[in-house]
Amino acid sequence: MTSIPSVPNQNTRLARFLLVLRDVMARPSGAIGLALVFAHLILALISPMIVPYDYKAMNSAMMLTGPEATHWLGTDHLGRDVFTRVLLGGREALLVTGIATPIAVTWGGFVGIFFGLVGGRIDEVMMRVVDAFLSLPWILKMLVLIVTFGTGIEVLIPTLAFFYGVPVIRIARAATHDVVARDFVSAARARGHGRMTIIRRELLPNVLDTLMVEGAMRWSWMLLAFSSLSFLGFGVSPPTPDWGLMIADARGFMSFAPWGVLGPVIALSSLIIGINLTADALAKALGIDRAQKAPV
Amino acid sequence: MTQSVIDIRNISVGFTGKSGATLPVLRNIDLSVAEGESIGIVGESGSGKSTLALAAMGYLKRGLRLLDGSVVFRGQDMFSRTRPELEKIRGGELALIPQNSGQSLTPTLRIGAQLIEALRLHSSVPASDHVAKATELLGQVRLPDPKAIMSRFPHELSGGQQQRVALAMALAGEPHALLLDEPTTGLDVTTQAHILELLRDIARERGMAMVYVSHDLGAIARVCNRVVVMYAGEVILKGTTRQVLKAPVHPYARGLLASIPRLADHHLPVALDGRPPAPGGAGNGCSFVDRCALAQDRCRSERPDLAGLPSGELVRCFFYEQAEQLALAGNGAVPIQIAADGVPALQLDDLSISYHQPGLLDKFLGRSEAHVATVDDIDVTVQRGETLGLVGESGSGKSTILKSVAGLLPPAGGNITVAGGEALAPNVESRPPDHLRRIQMIFQNPDDSLNPRHTVAELLEQPLRLYFGLAGQALHDRSVEILDRVRLGGHYLDRLPSQLSGGEKQRIAIARAFAADPDLVLCDEVTSALDVSVQAAVLDLLNELKEKQGTTYVFVSHDLAVVKALSDRVAVLYQGRLCEVGPSDQVYATPSHPYTEVLLGAVLEPDPDTAPTLAADDVVELSPPAQGCPFQRRCPRKIGAICDTEIPPWHEGSDGHAIRCHLGIDELAAVQATQAAE
Repeated sequence: MTSIPSVPNQNTRLARFLLVLRDVMARPSGAIGLALVFAHLILALISPMIVPYDYKAMNSAMMLTGPEATHWLGTDHLGRDVFTRVLLGGREALLVTGIATPIAVTWGGFVGIFFGLVGGRIDEVMMRVVDAFLSLPWILKMLVLIVTFGTGIEVLIPTLAFFYGVPVIRIARAATHDVVARDFVSAARARGHGRMTIIRRELLPNVLDTLMVEGAMRWSWMLLAFSSLSFLGFGVSPPTPDWGLMIADARGFMSFAPWGVLGPVIALSSLIIGINLTADALAKALGIDRAQKAPV
Repeated sequence: MTQSVIDIRNISVGFTGKSGATLPVLRNIDLSVAEGESIGIVGESGSGKSTLALAAMGYLKRGLRLLDGSVVFRGQDMFSRTRPELEKIRGGELALIPQNSGQSLTPTLRIGAQLIEALRLHSSVPASDHVAKATELLGQVRLPDPKAIMSRFPHELSGGQQQRVALAMALAGEPHALLLDEPTTGLDVTTQAHILELLRDIARERGMAMVYVSHDLGAIARVCNRVVVMYAGEVILKGTTRQVLKAPVHPYARGLLASIPRLADHHLPVALDGRPPAPGGAGNGCSFVDRCALAQDRCRSERPDLAGLPSGELVRCFFYEQAEQLALAGNGAVPIQIAADGVPALQLDDLSISYHQPGLLDKFLGRSEAHVATVDDIDVTVQRGETLGLVGESGSGKSTILKSVAGLLPPAGGNITVAGGEALAPNVESRPPDHLRRIQMIFQNPDDSLNPRHTVAELLEQPLRLYFGLAGQALHDRSVEILDRVRLGGHYLDRLPSQLSGGEKQRIAIARAFAADPDLVLCDEVTSALDVSVQAAVLDLLNELKEKQGTTYVFVSHDLAVVKALSDRVAVLYQGRLCEVGPSDQVYATPSHPYTEVLLGAVLEPDPDTAPTLAADDVVELSPPAQGCPFQRRCPRKIGAICDTEIPPWHEGSDGHAIRCHLGIDELAAVQATQAAE
């Protein structure tokens, strides 16, 4: 038995967005998650103006000192202020992943929806290619590309966008399959709409929720991947501060100067946890059961 | 008076709404079912009938809670039992048969194993006798060859057979009472008639109590002694089946009966306007007041009690004495007949459709396996302004033909031509825009055919933009005009489908089809997903649009009475082959083809004095026979070997009436007359 809904004033996209946003914020995971993500974004924007020290200023007199009033998180092995470097260390990562994530979701989503709609043998073959691709360890594939083309932003963004778009294909295709079987798609075909119109008007609005949640998840994984690359020395080049790089530099002194690792680790994990919590709340607000989606 | 088996005492069930208020789903219901008695609970969707049946088992769906009252089953208060105690009772002394039993059977276990499990848990039969007992039960539910069925998996059985297995499992626990929740909804008419006969007989033999929940008054009329009519969570009328179905004293029950189409009618059913209040929305007065023709001021301010009448009936209405003024049938609109001008609007020539696709390996090896087409040899012409009804059981290919005409499923052979003798391309992608516009299709379920993310304005915009290039103010004006035509209105433009009722959604789907200004509208079971009172309104609308637009319809439905209400001519399909084509009055009044006879004989009317005739078995074969008459295996008029080997010829009668049988129309009439005389 359903109650009769009151007559709505507007069913605009904006109204729906606000409704979903309110629902996300009403959940503890959503509120905490969004707060963490926004704090990181704001810090990334304003950190150059508020940092207490120059991030590359070395001080041989103060190497690996512990946390104290002047250096809240101590200094690293070159005597640089860890707090300053932690504040600045996410900028590169956020910039790269912030651009690469939408590209990954867009191209992966489009390809997935397209093959979900077309179906048949092409779809089967395509999915086997995707499976084969996903069966290789990502770090190997990525290292091959980066070693070949270099480590600049102009290589990292397309590489990450490409690699993280592939699993999106599967998610988008699975979601599309559920929608394609419904009569409104048949109705659109029978009216004579073209394939692109059907994708844009009939399929996309129904797959978008899944893609948004998926995008959020991809973003957190991409951040982790970016930091891993930096950690291995294939991401940001020194002396630019970056969490992955900082962890790599400081890990040798972890036993007696743990603050050098702890600072960037807390920063990175709080961002990733924030994104994951937001994605979780978003999935619940949108009524998507992530447990039922194909594991990638 | 015999002892009551189930005693429902003044129960109220509700849930907590979004506002935090408790909203009732059932309100103060009393019901007792005696041994050997079968009670029908009828009502439209949302009336609380299923909730009541489940409450009788001491079960409530998630979110619902018992507000008041109790349920006593054979002296035990069901809502105060512990879980293990309930588990012993449920499935044993008290069994439930749900709507779609196929889903409640375990797909990975053989039928025999499932039955034996039921026997082990709920009967006193010793383990050594389980197999014999299970086989016996399958025989009792009239399944052919019970031994073979024992080793089958559920998916190997038809819907009717699955329902019989569910019944056998219920009987394994030797129940005192059976709860049936729409047990025959979704089954074919002939299967339904057979299952209902079986239920009647079994209940009578065993003296079981039955609670039969259904929206289908025809089914209720067949199996129940007493009927309870529910509306908005209340019992509004209770009496014997004859009292309730022949001369109901409540305005709602009369409206409901008038909205049911019947085979003998020459008019459309009468729609019951409005919709029931949402839970908690009934106010202080009578819950039916907004739709009632007898409503007075008192009805708005005071809730009527369930009053007992001298005749033994119980009715919840202040003015029940005046209810008899309300027509039970009769004054519905007359189906519009446009004088056919002889121009064919749609012509199907030797159409055949196959879902079979040769595999890659077969293609490579050049193997072409002989297979039987799903739909074959269809020759039909629909005149402009005519409504052709396509009837047949599930799997008869009626919807498949519509899909092919709409271009969604390319035919394997034959031609489809539209007015002007223009042949239609097999694929929708290769049809010119004009052809696309002229043929529009309306689907069964508006929940599925309307994109849930589009507002009504966006839904209507699609054909208007595509076919007429409308935009801006012109688009808006035209949309409003179309909404007015389907009796909605401009204020619906901003709504999403989820904010509409079932009937309103189907109106939007109809509006979208008519926005293209089509010549030919294909209706695929357009009223099957709707309540009867809403169905009547939709039929009325289609009729009105036909009058205004001069549209040609091809109307597909499994409900023979619905097809009768609208169609000028009717084509009967069996397993993808035509059996009989003719003017619907003639076909319905004097069915000639043996299959038409069987099909019409099995229709259940909401009248306890009529009984279906079961002329043939309801055994369902998955594919038509490779040669001979498609109906050979079930035909009660089979004449011999010729039926098995030769495809029967067409025999033509008057007015374009034609049948496909080895016997002629007159010969069949003679056989029918002899049988009737006997």
